[in-house]
Amino acid sequence: MSLADDQTLGAAAARDEDEIRRARAARIEKIAKWALPVAIMALAIMGWGWIVRANEIPHYILPGPNLVWDSLVNDWAILIDAAYLTGWITLLALLLAVVGGAGLAILFNQSKMLELSFYPYAVILQVTPVVSIAPLIFIYVDSKVAGMLLCAWLVAFFPVLSSTTLGLNSVDHNLRDLFRIYGATRWQRLRFLQLPSALPYFLGGLKIAGGLSLIGAVVAELVAGTGGIGSGLAFRIQEAGYRLNIARMFAALALVAAMGVFIFAALSFLSHLLLKNWHESAVAREK
Amino acid sequence: MAVHHHDTLPLGQRPPLLKLRHVDKVFSGDVVALKDMNLQVNQGDFISLLGPSGCGKSTALRIISDLMHPTRGRVDWEGGHGRGDLGVVFQEPTLMPWATVSQNVWLPFRLAGKSYGEVKDDVLEVLRLVGLEKFQNSYPRELSGGMKMRVSIARAIVTNPRLILMDEPFAALDEITRHKLNNDLLKLKAQIGCTVIFVTHSVFESVFLSDRIVVMAARPGRVLTELEVDAPYPRGEEFRTSAEYAAHARRASEALKEAMGEPA
Ligand SMILES: Nc1ncnc2c1ncn2[C@@H]1O[C@H](COP(=O)(O)OP(=O)(O)O)[C@@H](O)[C@H]1O
Ligand SMILES: [Mg+2]
Repeated sequence: MSLADDQTLGAAAARDEDEIRRARAARIEKIAKWALPVAIMALAIMGWGWIVRANEIPHYILPGPNLVWDSLVNDWAILIDAAYLTGWITLLALLLAVVGGAGLAILFNQSKMLELSFYPYAVILQVTPVVSIAPLIFIYVDSKVAGMLLCAWLVAFFPVLSSTTLGLNSVDHNLRDLFRIYGATRWQRLRFLQLPSALPYFLGGLKIAGGLSLIGAVVAELVAGTGGIGSGLAFRIQEAGYRLNIARMFAALALVAAMGVFIFAALSFLSHLLLKNWHESAVAREK
Repeated sequence: MAVHHHDTLPLGQRPPLLKLRHVDKVFSGDVVALKDMNLQVNQGDFISLLGPSGCGKSTALRIISDLMHPTRGRVDWEGGHGRGDLGVVFQEPTLMPWATVSQNVWLPFRLAGKSYGEVKDDVLEVLRLVGLEKFQNSYPRELSGGMKMRVSIARAIVTNPRLILMDEPFAALDEITRHKLNNDLLKLKAQIGCTVIFVTHSVFESVFLSDRIVVMAARPGRVLTELEVDAPYPRGEEFRTSAEYAAHARRASEALKEAMGEPA
């Protein structure tokens, strides 16, 4: 009896140790996920400062990180205004990309003839670099805002269109049969079956479109120049470059990057919220 | 939903529900999936379609459920049929992963334009019948394979259909779960008094569940013979271990061997 007890206890203790090791590894990984990139960034900034100081590089060629920080603080008013503008264009373009991309996908899905007629042109628009279309757009579109939105939309809508199209077509065939057996209308099939099936695909496309609409907005600003509507971050970068204010170039660049990261994080979070109950990609699993 | 507690009539006295008359199905490329299939389904029957894969079992179900037109021949329902007369269960549970258990069971009603409030009692009643009333708000991914299949069955019976088609519903489940679901399916059938066509390639499943076994052969897909399992319901463990069961299983095995082209 006591021997048996000892044995089970021993086995339990051994298993526990294994579990503890696993838990510790998981904890370390969780911290490292944040700590490592931050440490790398800190090291890189320190190394950058050291290189600038050691080689006495003049600030109009490469400013040290302290100068960039100063510029960020001193030029904050200008930069934040610029960030607002770029941010707004990006968000609006993303919104239009969602409406246009998902709307076209649904339309194409409902009519094969429409899809066959227009899908190739969506592809052509997508593969033509926006930088090469942008100057033309600003010739024909008077409003700077409209032109910028159009540029950003052109780059951003395609991932939404193609991923939503894929999603609408990847309905489980048994579910499709079931809907037919129960006499579902076209609209019911779209609403209750195809749209929910397409949601994970759509959200994947949305994440890509978020980054692309920022790129589109930046490109549009560079092509459009300033005038009337104030200046965005990309314009500020260009302008600072003309004045050899390299520190401000870096400061504005940091803001653009931060904006990109923010958009990606926000869209990832949205995707997690919408899928967490049911989709494998959002369900936490122990390893 | 009305639970009838039907006492099923003896085999010879059941009124007809539907008839397959000389049904052929030829797919492009000259695949003869069904050749001259005749089958009369009577009210209260539990029919198994037993046969090797490729003998047209699924094709027969798809034709009955109107997902496919026969190349020749026809399917006649006694007194016609409409929406909600048919329930289907596939080999996979085929649940909507984004919807809860009760929303999944609501689906046939929802597609008929009924709000959840109108049919809530029916939904909860069938969930109770399959033993899942506590899981009405769970999502499919939180359930085991057997539980998902129960939800699928609940959805198939919620409209109180006249005919339920099941296409190898338990084939992907483990032996113990399958055993349990077989028992529960018979109880469920006794409670709601429906008619079932059940596709399987398990001799034992077909003998345990059904009172008519339609043995089919492939190339071309056709009905080879029909066996009656005249053991009374309810059937339980004592039937599974009886000599009668063994005898029926032997007969069905021999017919299946013949269907697969081997000498009996
Ligand atoms: N949509 C289809 N197109 C062409 N051939 C098919 C199609 N569906 C089934 N078949 C063929 O018809 C035969 C019967 O198929 P099926 O009814 O699925 O058999 P079972 O369910 O008995 O395994 C098989 O040879 C299969 O390959
Ligand atoms: Mg099949």
